[in-house]
Amino acid sequence: MSNVSVDAKQTASDNQPENTNRRKFLTVATSVIGGIGAVGAAVPFVASWNPSAKAKAAGADVEVDISGIAPGQLIRVMWRSKPVWVVRRTPELLSSLEAHEDQLRDPNSENEQQPAFAQNRYRSLKDEYLVLVGICTHLGCSPQHLAEGAFAEYAEGVAEGFFCPCHGSKFDMAGRVFAGVPAPLNLVVPPYQYLDDNTLLIGSEA
Amino acid sequence: MNALLNWFEQRIPLMRVANMHAIQYPAPVNMNFWYVFGFLATIVLVNQIVTGIWLTMNFEPSAERAFASVEYIMREVDYGWLIRYMHSTGASAFFIVVYMHMFRGMIYGSYQKPRELLWVFGMLIYLALMAEAFMGYVLPWGQMSYWGAQVIVSLFSAIPVIGPDLVVWIQGDYVISGATLNRFFALHVIALPLVIVILVFLHIIALHEVGSNNPDGIAIKHKKGSLSEEEKTNYEIHEYYTSKYDIADDVVPFFPHIVLKDLVAFSIFLAGFAYVMFFAPEMGGKFLEHPNFEIANPLKTPEHIFPVWYFTPFYAILKAVPDKLFGVLTMFGAIAALFALPWLDRGNVRSWRYRSGLHKWNLIIFAIVFIFLGYLGGTPQENWKIIASQIATVMYFGFFGLLWIYSKNEKTKPVPTRIR
Repeated sequence: MSNVSVDAKQTASDNQPENTNRRKFLTVATSVIGGIGAVGAAVPFVASWNPSAKAKAAGADVEVDISGIAPGQLIRVMWRSKPVWVVRRTPELLSSLEAHEDQLRDPNSENEQQPAFAQNRYRSLKDEYLVLVGICTHLGCSPQHLAEGAFAEYAEGVAEGFFCPCHGSKFDMAGRVFAGVPAPLNLVVPPYQYLDDNTLLIGSEA
Repeated sequence: MNALLNWFEQRIPLMRVANMHAIQYPAPVNMNFWYVFGFLATIVLVNQIVTGIWLTMNFEPSAERAFASVEYIMREVDYGWLIRYMHSTGASAFFIVVYMHMFRGMIYGSYQKPRELLWVFGMLIYLALMAEAFMGYVLPWGQMSYWGAQVIVSLFSAIPVIGPDLVVWIQGDYVISGATLNRFFALHVIALPLVIVILVFLHIIALHEVGSNNPDGIAIKHKKGSLSEEEKTNYEIHEYYTSKYDIADDVVPFFPHIVLKDLVAFSIFLAGFAYVMFFAPEMGGKFLEHPNFEIANPLKTPEHIFPVWYFTPFYAILKAVPDKLFGVLTMFGAIAALFALPWLDRGNVRSWRYRSGLHKWNLIIFAIVFIFLGYLGGTPQENWKIIASQIATVMYFGFFGLLWIYSKNEKTKPVPTRIR
């Protein structure tokens, strides 16, 4: 301990409290209360980065009329500013989905990339209609829909699928990811329900 | 006049600081062209700040108006095109001079004891610069702005448990949106420039505390009393340095000797800079990528997504790893390895002039691998490139691993004690 006193008129011994516990208590108490205050003051700054009420409202459910989709056609709708694909799959396409399951990373959709109702081979509520968030699970690009044999260039024997131009990830027509590509997971199936035979509601389950 | 200067000097140490940090700062006499890039980086920083301030006068940071306001700057604001091209060319120039500056530090061992912290401050500047450049590239709200942001921000989704929520928090929306653009604008024009300027200040203070390294990697400051009068420099060196050390006759004062040398480099640099700015501001799609001349469209991914050239080496490393989380970790590991360089190199000879042939080749191959990774990360994906980028990634980390192994008992040449 140093005996140097700032005020030369006071001797060191006068300056030393006999018991430092009280001082320690005050130091700790001030630090703790000050720290809580600092955390409290940080709350508005951190929380202001959350989506605003407006952004949350814009993220509301979306109704889609599916009566006009031709067999084999893909339509895009916006939900939470993300592209959502609705594909009307032909019976031939549905029957072909089993054939290449040995090339897939997660053919049985064991990772939770879909609502429970879509954990099946077709990853859908009604087999005919595929509903997917069209964003690659690797780094968020939007894959391309390659139909009529164009996909076979990327996956042998598979005529139709989704190919991500960013890093070459591949998905089949149930949004299931192929093995050996950068994307780790199947494409996301958003929560959705049928309001009636021709109307789809994307954003919530029944 | 003198009286006025004295009046100020007694109240604020203007001349003392100028003398200590510039006019009478001892710079090694053998500094070569590799030593101009710090000066050039400072010039580019000033350019970015000045042109940036002018750009904010007409730029509108909203998803609806950003793209149009950049076109407005380019077409309707007097000299708007020039100021914008100075800023966009400056961004690439910044990375060119910083990469040269870093490689200089590597070949001459400028990161070694006692300059570890100097190197770390430099790396922090580099990191802040990457964040600054990334956010700046988002602002024009073109296709590459949008999708580049999409790729980079979603890197954070790889973090276990909190990842997806963290991404929404960063974006301020469920996707990259106007909210994201606006906060990136705030960070790009206020927060990060402040951080960079403060870090540059600390970098220079740390440099002047430990002193400049030189191509021989030997000290110009010697223990007090170890040099005879003839061996000491005749130049007037600030007493801050001479009171602590004997400064050998191996130095020149920073002003005018080094400043004039730097100005020659500056004029050459300026000629190249002006050429790019006037005749090739897009640099064939490398400085300003072609898809960025189209407004951001969240429903349409460009056919190929690349970051701007200065990020492509790290992007190639990211793509080389098939697993998302591990890929992100590897990419950040590539930067972390550079941070750790002062401790990975266990040798005590600084300059490659006096180190083993193995070390020289290691450095040269590292530079080639880095450029090759940049090529792989900046061109469309092809099958052979996956293997190539994996090999190059291993070689990138191999540089650090090898260095750590051989530097312990490296066969080095005898190091001179004096520069001349």
